[in-house]
Amino acid sequence: MSKQRLTREQIAERAALELPDGAYVNLGWGIPNLIATYVPKHVTIYFHSENGILGMGPRASQGQEDFDLVDAMKAPVTLIPGAAYFSQVDAHVMTRGGHLDICVLGGLQVSEKGDLANWRVPGAKGAGGIGGAMDISVGAQRLIVTMEHTAKDGLRKIVKTCTYPLTAIECVNTIITDLAVIDVTPEGLVLREVAPGFTPEEVQEFTEPKLRYSGKVPEMAIKRP
Amino acid sequence: MDRKNRVYPSVDESVADIPDGATIMFGGFGGAGFPNNLIQGLARRDARNLRVISNNCGTGDGELGILFKNRQIRHVVAAFPGPGATYFQQQFDAGDIDLELVPQGILCERMRAFGAGIPAFYSPVGVGTDVAKGKEERVIRGKRYILEQALGADYALIRAQRADRMGNLVYRKAARNFNPIMATAAKTTIVEVEEVVEIGALDPETVVTPSIFVDRIVVAKGLRYV
Repeated sequence: MSKQRLTREQIAERAALELPDGAYVNLGWGIPNLIATYVPKHVTIYFHSENGILGMGPRASQGQEDFDLVDAMKAPVTLIPGAAYFSQVDAHVMTRGGHLDICVLGGLQVSEKGDLANWRVPGAKGAGGIGGAMDISVGAQRLIVTMEHTAKDGLRKIVKTCTYPLTAIECVNTIITDLAVIDVTPEGLVLREVAPGFTPEEVQEFTEPKLRYSGKVPEMAIKRP
Repeated sequence: MDRKNRVYPSVDESVADIPDGATIMFGGFGGAGFPNNLIQGLARRDARNLRVISNNCGTGDGELGILFKNRQIRHVVAAFPGPGATYFQQQFDAGDIDLELVPQGILCERMRAFGAGIPAFYSPVGVGTDVAKGKEERVIRGKRYILEQALGADYALIRAQRADRMGNLVYRKAARNFNPIMATAAKTTIVEVEEVVEIGALDPETVVTPSIFVDRIVVAKGLRYV
Protein backbone atom coordinates (compact mmCIF):
# COMPACT_ATOMS: atom_id res chain seq x y z
CA MET A 1 0.00 0.00 0.00
CA SER A 2 1.42 3.33 -0.98
CA LYS A 3 1.12 5.90 1.72
CA GLN A 4 0.54 9.55 1.08
CA ARG A 5 1.11 12.66 3.07
CA LEU A 6 -2.08 14.43 4.07
CA THR A 7 -3.53 17.18 1.90
CA ARG A 8 -3.93 20.72 3.23
CA GLU A 9 -7.64 19.98 3.69
CA GLN A 10 -6.83 16.87 5.72
CA ILE A 11 -4.46 18.84 7.94
CA ALA A 12 -7.33 21.28 8.50
CA GLU A 13 -9.73 18.43 9.23
CA ARG A 14 -7.40 17.05 11.91
CA ALA A 15 -6.81 20.52 13.39
CA ALA A 16 -10.56 21.09 13.70
CA LEU A 17 -10.69 18.26 16.26
CA GLU A 18 -8.54 20.37 18.60
CA LEU A 19 -11.29 22.99 18.98
CA PRO A 20 -13.67 22.31 21.88
CA ASP A 21 -17.32 23.37 21.82
CA GLY A 22 -17.79 27.02 22.76
CA ALA A 23 -14.15 28.02 22.22
CA TYR A 24 -13.09 31.53 21.16
CA VAL A 25 -10.71 30.90 18.26
CA ASN A 26 -8.64 32.93 15.81
CA LEU A 27 -7.57 31.34 12.51
CA GLY A 28 -4.67 32.71 10.48
CA TRP A 29 -3.95 32.70 6.75
CA GLY A 30 -3.36 29.55 4.74
CA ILE A 31 -4.25 26.09 6.06
CA PRO A 32 -5.79 27.54 9.27
CA ASN A 33 -8.34 29.36 7.15
CA LEU A 34 -9.65 25.98 5.89
CA ILE A 35 -10.40 24.69 9.41
CA ALA A 36 -13.81 26.32 9.95
CA THR A 37 -15.29 24.07 7.23
CA TYR A 38 -14.37 20.95 9.21
CA VAL A 39 -15.81 21.87 12.61
CA PRO A 40 -18.33 19.10 13.48
CA LYS A 41 -22.00 20.16 13.35
CA HIS A 42 -22.61 19.71 17.09
CA VAL A 43 -19.70 22.05 17.95
CA THR A 44 -20.07 25.85 18.06
CA ILE A 45 -16.89 27.88 17.72
CA TYR A 46 -16.86 31.66 18.21
CA PHE A 47 -14.37 32.75 15.57
CA HIS A 48 -12.48 35.97 16.20
CA SER A 49 -11.31 38.22 13.39
CA GLU A 50 -8.69 40.80 14.35
CA ASN A 51 -10.39 43.54 12.35
CA GLY A 52 -13.16 43.54 14.96
CA ILE A 53 -15.54 40.58 14.91
CA LEU A 54 -16.27 37.81 17.40
CA GLY A 55 -18.75 35.16 16.30
CA MET A 56 -17.94 34.98 12.62
CA GLY A 57 -19.91 32.47 10.56
CA PRO A 58 -19.24 31.03 7.10
CA ARG A 59 -18.28 33.08 4.06
CA ALA A 60 -21.18 35.06 2.61
CA SER A 61 -22.74 33.38 -0.39
CA GLN A 62 -22.61 35.07 -3.76
CA GLY A 63 -25.02 37.97 -4.00
CA GLN A 64 -25.30 38.16 -0.20
CA GLU A 65 -21.94 39.90 0.41
CA ASP A 66 -21.74 42.95 2.64
CA PHE A 67 -18.35 44.58 2.15
CA ASP A 68 -18.52 46.23 5.57
CA LEU A 69 -18.55 42.71 7.01
CA VAL A 70 -15.26 41.13 5.99
CA ASP A 71 -12.73 38.93 7.74
CA ALA A 72 -9.01 39.62 8.15
CA MET A 73 -8.43 38.27 4.64
CA LYS A 74 -10.89 40.77 3.12
CA ALA A 75 -13.45 38.03 2.40
CA PRO A 76 -17.13 38.87 3.02
CA VAL A 77 -18.39 36.74 5.91
CA THR A 78 -21.55 36.20 7.97
CA LEU A 79 -22.26 36.22 11.71
CA ILE A 80 -23.63 33.59 14.06
CA PRO A 81 -26.00 34.35 16.97
CA GLY A 82 -24.06 35.90 19.83
CA ALA A 83 -21.66 37.82 17.59
CA ALA A 84 -20.24 41.27 18.37
CA TYR A 85 -18.36 44.08 16.62
CA PHE A 86 -15.59 46.12 18.21
CA SER A 87 -12.61 48.28 17.32
CA GLN A 88 -9.14 47.14 16.41
CA VAL A 89 -7.88 47.99 19.90
CA ASP A 90 -10.47 45.73 21.54
CA ALA A 91 -9.72 43.03 18.96
CA HIS A 92 -6.15 43.02 20.22
CA VAL A 93 -7.09 43.34 23.86
CA MET A 94 -8.51 39.90 23.10
CA THR A 95 -5.38 38.56 21.34
CA ARG A 96 -2.60 40.02 23.47
CA GLY A 97 -4.54 39.93 26.71
CA GLY A 98 -4.84 36.14 26.64
CA HIS A 99 -8.60 36.03 26.13
CA LEU A 100 -8.67 33.72 23.10
CA ASP A 101 -8.76 30.01 23.94
CA ILE A 102 -7.02 28.76 20.83
CA CYS A 103 -5.28 30.37 17.87
CA VAL A 104 -4.17 28.50 14.75
CA LEU A 105 -1.50 30.01 12.51
CA GLY A 106 0.48 28.90 9.49
CA GLY A 107 4.22 28.40 9.84
CA LEU A 108 7.45 28.66 7.88
CA GLN A 109 9.57 27.26 10.72
CA VAL A 110 8.93 26.07 14.26
CA SER A 111 11.79 25.40 16.67
CA GLU A 112 11.98 22.71 19.33
CA LYS A 113 11.41 25.39 21.95
CA GLY A 114 8.23 26.50 20.20
CA ASP A 115 9.64 29.61 18.53
CA LEU A 116 7.58 30.49 15.44
CA ALA A 117 8.70 32.09 12.17
CA ASN A 118 5.77 32.71 9.84
CA TRP A 119 5.80 36.19 8.35
CA ARG A 120 8.80 36.51 6.09
CA VAL A 121 11.05 34.37 3.92
CA PRO A 122 14.54 35.91 4.01
CA GLY A 123 15.40 37.58 0.73
CA ALA A 124 11.80 37.66 -0.51
CA LYS A 125 10.83 40.65 -2.63
CA GLY A 126 8.57 43.34 -1.27
CA ALA A 127 8.02 44.77 2.16
CA GLY A 128 6.36 41.75 3.77
CA GLY A 129 3.78 42.29 6.47
CA ILE A 130 3.38 41.31 10.08
CA GLY A 131 -0.36 41.79 10.45
CA GLY A 132 -1.77 40.41 13.67
CA ALA A 133 0.47 37.31 13.88
CA MET A 134 2.84 38.64 16.54
CA ASP A 135 0.04 39.81 18.86
CA ILE A 136 -1.82 36.53 18.38
CA SER A 137 1.23 34.33 19.00
CA VAL A 138 2.14 36.10 22.21
CA GLY A 139 -1.35 36.09 23.69
CA ALA A 140 -3.00 32.81 22.68
CA GLN A 141 -3.88 30.50 25.56
CA ARG A 142 -3.00 27.68 23.19
CA LEU A 143 -1.23 28.18 19.87
CA ILE A 144 -1.47 25.52 17.17
CA VAL A 145 0.60 25.75 14.00
CA THR A 146 -0.65 23.95 10.90
CA MET A 147 1.77 23.56 8.00
CA GLU A 148 3.39 21.13 5.62
CA HIS A 149 6.05 19.15 7.48
CA THR A 150 8.78 20.11 5.00
CA ALA A 151 9.22 22.95 2.52
CA LYS A 152 8.76 22.53 -1.24
CA ASP A 153 12.52 22.12 -1.66
CA GLY A 154 12.48 19.34 0.96
CA LEU A 155 14.02 21.45 3.72
CA ARG A 156 12.89 20.65 7.23
CA LYS A 157 10.59 23.22 8.81
CA ILE A 158 10.62 21.82 12.33
CA VAL A 159 14.13 22.82 13.36
CA LYS A 160 16.41 23.18 16.36
CA THR A 161 16.67 26.93 15.88
CA CYS A 162 14.67 29.10 13.47
CA THR A 163 16.75 30.87 10.82
CA TYR A 164 13.84 32.90 9.39
CA PRO A 165 12.68 36.16 11.03
CA LEU A 166 10.74 35.25 14.16
CA THR A 167 7.10 35.96 14.86
CA ALA A 168 7.37 35.15 18.58
CA ILE A 169 9.53 33.07 20.88
CA GLU A 170 8.39 30.02 22.86
CA CYS A 171 4.78 30.39 21.81
CA VAL A 172 3.76 27.20 19.94
CA ASN A 173 1.97 24.42 21.85
CA THR A 174 1.11 21.99 19.04
CA ILE A 175 2.23 21.45 15.45
CA ILE A 176 -0.13 19.68 13.03
CA THR A 177 1.35 18.74 9.67
CA ASP A 178 0.82 16.42 6.73
CA LEU A 179 2.87 13.82 8.66
CA ALA A 180 2.20 14.23 12.35
CA VAL A 181 0.76 15.88 15.42
CA ILE A 182 3.57 17.09 17.68
CA ASP A 183 3.32 18.76 21.07
CA VAL A 184 5.94 21.24 22.27
CA THR A 185 6.74 20.43 25.91
CA PRO A 186 9.39 21.62 28.37
CA GLU A 187 11.12 18.25 27.78
CA GLY A 188 11.13 18.70 24.00
CA LEU A 189 8.94 17.70 21.06
CA VAL A 190 6.53 14.85 21.73
CA LEU A 191 5.15 12.89 18.79
CA ARG A 192 1.47 12.46 19.58
CA GLU A 193 0.17 11.05 16.27
CA VAL A 194 1.47 10.05 12.86
CA ALA A 195 -0.24 10.30 9.46
CA PRO A 196 -1.87 7.00 8.43
CA GLY A 197 0.75 4.55 7.22
CA PHE A 198 3.80 6.46 8.46
CA THR A 199 6.12 5.29 11.23
CA PRO A 200 7.62 7.49 13.96
CA GLU A 201 11.05 6.82 12.47
CA GLU A 202 9.91 8.17 9.11
CA VAL A 203 8.52 11.32 10.73
CA GLN A 204 11.77 11.75 12.64
CA GLU A 205 13.66 11.70 9.35
CA PHE A 206 11.80 14.84 8.24
CA THR A 207 12.22 16.56 11.61
CA GLU A 208 15.50 18.13 12.76
CA PRO A 209 15.11 18.01 16.56
CA LYS A 210 14.73 14.71 18.36
CA LEU A 211 11.11 13.53 18.72
CA ARG A 212 10.07 11.80 21.93
CA TYR A 213 7.65 8.91 21.76
CA SER A 214 7.19 5.53 23.32
CA GLY A 215 5.39 2.42 22.18
CA LYS A 216 2.94 2.56 19.33
CA VAL A 217 2.09 6.09 18.21
CA PRO A 218 -1.58 6.39 17.14
CA GLU A 219 -2.55 7.48 13.64
CA MET A 220 -4.19 10.84 12.90
CA ALA A 221 -7.97 10.49 12.54
CA ILE A 222 -8.85 11.50 8.99
CA LYS A 223 -12.26 10.70 7.53
CA ARG A 224 -12.27 12.57 4.27
CA PRO A 225 -10.20 11.48 1.27
CA MET B 1 -15.21 77.21 16.28
CA ASP B 2 -18.87 76.31 16.16
CA ARG B 3 -18.93 73.10 18.12
CA LYS B 4 -22.58 72.55 17.32
CA ASN B 5 -21.87 72.28 13.63
CA ARG B 6 -18.65 70.69 12.45
CA VAL B 7 -19.99 69.84 9.01
CA TYR B 8 -17.90 71.02 6.05
CA PRO B 9 -19.55 71.78 2.74
CA SER B 10 -17.24 69.59 0.66
CA VAL B 11 -14.52 66.97 0.78
CA ASP B 12 -12.01 69.34 -0.82
CA GLU B 13 -12.65 72.07 1.75
CA SER B 14 -12.28 69.60 4.61
CA VAL B 15 -8.72 68.68 3.57
CA ALA B 16 -7.70 72.05 2.11
CA ASP B 17 -5.22 72.95 4.86
CA ILE B 18 -3.28 69.66 4.98
CA PRO B 19 0.29 70.74 4.29
CA ASP B 20 3.27 69.01 2.69
CA GLY B 21 5.08 66.83 5.22
CA ALA B 22 2.01 66.21 7.38
CA THR B 23 1.66 62.99 9.38
CA ILE B 24 -1.74 61.44 8.57
CA MET B 25 -3.59 58.41 9.92
CA PHE B 26 -6.02 56.58 7.63
CA GLY B 27 -8.72 54.28 8.97
CA GLY B 28 -9.78 51.09 7.21
CA PHE B 29 -8.98 47.40 7.07
CA GLY B 30 -9.49 44.77 4.38
CA GLY B 31 -11.54 47.02 2.12
CA ALA B 32 -13.94 48.17 4.87
CA GLY B 33 -14.00 51.58 6.50
CA PHE B 34 -11.46 53.41 4.34
CA PRO B 35 -12.11 57.15 3.94
CA ASN B 36 -11.92 56.80 0.17
CA ASN B 37 -13.51 60.16 -0.58
CA LEU B 38 -11.12 62.04 1.69
CA ILE B 39 -8.21 60.15 0.13
CA GLN B 40 -9.36 61.31 -3.32
CA GLY B 41 -9.59 64.85 -1.94
CA LEU B 42 -6.03 64.62 -0.67
CA ALA B 43 -4.93 63.33 -4.07
CA ARG B 44 -6.52 66.38 -5.73
CA ARG B 45 -4.91 68.67 -3.19
CA ASP B 46 -1.52 67.14 -4.06
CA ALA B 47 0.02 67.52 -0.58
CA ARG B 48 3.42 65.83 -0.80
CA ASN B 49 6.14 64.23 1.30
CA LEU B 50 3.47 62.79 3.57
CA ARG B 51 4.06 60.46 6.49
CA VAL B 52 1.25 57.93 6.53
CA ILE B 53 0.02 55.67 9.31
CA SER B 54 -2.31 52.97 8.03
CA ASN B 55 -2.81 49.25 8.39
CA ASN B 56 -2.64 48.71 4.61
CA CYS B 57 -1.06 50.59 1.70
CA GLY B 58 -3.79 50.42 -0.93
CA THR B 59 -5.30 48.04 -3.44
CA GLY B 60 -4.21 49.02 -6.94
CA ASP B 61 -5.35 52.64 -7.46
CA GLY B 62 -7.88 52.21 -4.67
CA GLU B 63 -7.75 53.21 -1.00
CA LEU B 64 -4.27 54.66 -0.38
CA GLY B 65 -3.08 53.43 -3.80
CA ILE B 66 -3.79 56.72 -5.54
CA LEU B 67 -1.54 58.64 -3.10
CA PHE B 68 1.34 56.24 -3.79
CA LYS B 69 0.65 56.41 -7.52
CA ASN B 70 0.95 60.21 -7.29
CA ARG B 71 4.14 59.81 -5.24
CA GLN B 72 2.73 61.91 -2.41
CA ILE B 73 3.98 59.59 0.35
CA ARG B 74 7.54 59.25 1.64
CA HIS B 75 7.19 57.54 5.01
CA VAL B 76 4.90 54.70 6.04
CA VAL B 77 3.99 53.13 9.36
CA ALA B 78 1.94 49.98 8.68
CA ALA B 79 1.21 46.45 9.89
CA PHE B 80 0.38 44.80 6.59
CA PRO B 81 1.04 46.88 3.44
CA GLY B 82 -0.54 44.09 1.40
CA PRO B 83 0.27 42.21 -1.81
CA GLY B 84 -2.30 44.32 -3.68
CA ALA B 85 -0.49 47.56 -2.81
CA THR B 86 1.14 47.71 -6.24
CA TYR B 87 2.46 51.27 -6.18
CA PHE B 88 3.67 51.03 -2.61
CA GLN B 89 5.55 47.77 -3.32
CA GLN B 90 7.22 49.21 -6.43
CA GLN B 91 8.38 52.31 -4.59
CA PHE B 92 9.46 50.30 -1.56
CA ASP B 93 11.58 47.97 -3.73
CA ALA B 94 13.10 51.04 -5.42
CA GLY B 95 14.09 52.41 -2.03
CA ASP B 96 11.86 55.49 -2.41
CA ILE B 97 9.79 54.78 0.69
CA ASP B 98 10.82 54.55 4.24
CA LEU B 99 8.78 51.87 6.07
CA GLU B 100 8.26 51.05 9.72
CA LEU B 101 6.51 47.65 10.04
CA VAL B 102 4.55 47.34 13.27
CA PRO B 103 2.53 44.41 14.64
CA GLN B 104 -1.14 45.22 14.12
CA GLY B 105 -2.20 45.19 17.75
CA ILE B 106 0.77 47.35 18.67
CA LEU B 107 0.01 49.79 15.87
CA CYS B 108 -3.42 50.54 17.31
CA GLU B 109 -2.33 50.31 20.95
CA ARG B 110 0.37 52.95 20.27
CA MET B 111 -2.39 55.20 18.91
CA ARG B 112 -4.62 54.45 21.86
CA ALA B 113 -1.76 55.35 24.22
CA PHE B 114 -1.14 58.64 22.42
CA GLY B 115 -4.80 59.55 22.58
CA ALA B 116 -4.88 58.64 26.27
CA GLY B 117 -1.85 60.72 27.21
CA ILE B 118 0.45 57.73 27.80
CA PRO B 119 3.87 58.35 26.21
CA ALA B 120 5.08 54.75 26.04
CA PHE B 121 4.24 51.30 27.37
CA TYR B 122 5.79 47.86 27.84
CA SER B 123 4.54 45.06 25.62
CA PRO B 124 5.33 41.35 25.18
CA VAL B 125 4.73 41.49 21.41
CA GLY B 126 7.89 41.17 19.32
CA VAL B 127 10.21 40.20 22.18
CA GLY B 128 13.16 38.31 20.68
CA THR B 129 12.21 39.32 17.09
CA ASP B 130 13.29 42.05 14.64
CA VAL B 131 10.55 44.26 16.09
CA ALA B 132 12.52 44.50 19.36
CA LYS B 133 15.65 45.90 17.69
CA GLY B 134 16.73 49.21 19.25
CA LYS B 135 13.96 49.10 21.87
CA GLU B 136 14.47 49.07 25.61
CA GLU B 137 13.78 45.64 27.11
CA ARG B 138 12.76 45.05 30.68
CA VAL B 139 11.78 42.06 32.79
CA ILE B 140 8.57 42.64 34.76
CA ARG B 141 7.41 39.93 37.16
CA GLY B 142 9.65 37.41 35.43
CA LYS B 143 8.53 38.09 31.84
CA ARG B 144 10.34 39.98 29.06
CA TYR B 145 8.79 43.14 27.59
CA ILE B 146 9.84 45.86 25.15
CA LEU B 147 9.09 49.56 25.34
CA GLU B 148 6.74 50.85 22.64
CA GLN B 149 6.29 54.57 21.95
CA ALA B 150 2.91 56.29 21.61
CA LEU B 151 1.95 57.19 18.04
CA GLY B 152 0.13 60.40 17.16
CA ALA B 153 -0.58 62.34 13.98
CA ASP B 154 -1.40 65.79 12.67
CA TYR B 155 -4.54 64.51 10.96
CA ALA B 156 -6.72 61.42 11.13
CA LEU B 157 -8.84 60.74 8.04
CA ILE B 158 -11.56 58.30 9.00
CA ARG B 159 -14.92 56.91 7.92
CA ALA B 160 -18.11 56.32 9.89
CA GLN B 161 -21.66 55.50 8.87
CA ARG B 162 -23.43 58.37 10.60
CA ALA B 163 -22.60 61.53 12.54
CA ASP B 164 -24.62 64.14 14.31
CA ARG B 165 -23.64 67.76 13.64
CA MET B 166 -21.32 67.76 16.66
CA GLY B 167 -19.39 64.70 15.50
CA ASN B 168 -20.74 61.87 17.62
CA LEU B 169 -20.11 58.84 15.43
CA VAL B 170 -21.73 55.50 14.72
CA TYR B 171 -19.94 52.92 12.59
CA ARG B 172 -21.17 50.01 10.53
CA LYS B 173 -20.09 46.40 11.18
CA ALA B 174 -16.38 45.64 10.64
CA ALA B 175 -15.87 49.03 8.98
CA ARG B 176 -15.24 50.34 12.49
CA ASN B 177 -11.72 48.79 12.80
CA PHE B 178 -9.03 51.51 13.25
CA ASN B 179 -11.37 54.49 12.83
CA PRO B 180 -12.40 55.21 16.45
CA ILE B 181 -8.84 54.84 17.73
CA MET B 182 -7.33 57.16 15.15
CA ALA B 183 -9.96 59.75 16.02
CA THR B 184 -8.39 60.03 19.49
CA ALA B 185 -4.76 60.25 18.34
CA ALA B 186 -4.66 63.16 15.87
CA LYS B 187 -4.64 66.93 16.32
CA THR B 188 -7.34 67.20 13.68
CA THR B 189 -9.79 64.39 12.94
CA ILE B 190 -11.74 64.55 9.70
CA VAL B 191 -14.56 62.05 9.17
CA GLU B 192 -16.51 61.18 6.06
CA VAL B 193 -19.98 59.80 6.69
CA GLU B 194 -22.98 58.58 4.73
CA GLU B 195 -25.38 60.73 6.68
CA VAL B 196 -25.46 63.64 9.16
CA VAL B 197 -28.32 63.86 11.65
CA GLU B 198 -29.37 66.59 14.08
CA ILE B 199 -27.85 66.82 17.55
CA GLY B 200 -29.82 64.55 19.87
CA ALA B 201 -30.91 62.19 17.12
CA LEU B 202 -28.29 59.55 17.94
CA ASP B 203 -28.97 57.22 20.84
CA PRO B 204 -26.15 58.00 23.32
CA GLU B 205 -25.93 54.28 24.11
CA THR B 206 -24.87 53.55 20.53
CA VAL B 207 -22.31 56.33 20.05
CA VAL B 208 -18.89 54.74 19.53
CA THR B 209 -16.80 57.89 19.02
CA PRO B 210 -17.93 60.82 21.19
CA SER B 211 -17.83 64.23 19.48
CA ILE B 212 -14.88 65.45 21.55
CA PHE B 213 -12.60 63.46 19.23
CA VAL B 214 -13.98 64.83 15.95
CA ASP B 215 -13.16 68.15 14.28
CA ARG B 216 -14.60 68.06 10.78
CA ILE B 217 -17.45 66.12 9.20
CA VAL B 218 -18.17 65.75 5.53
CA VAL B 219 -20.96 63.83 3.85
CA ALA B 220 -19.60 61.60 1.11
CA LYS B 221 -21.82 58.92 -0.31
CA GLY B 222 -19.73 57.79 -3.26
CA LEU B 223 -16.65 55.56 -3.32
CA ARG B 224 -17.47 53.42 -0.36
CA TYR B 225 -15.44 50.45 -1.52
CA VAL B 226 -12.77 50.06 -4.12
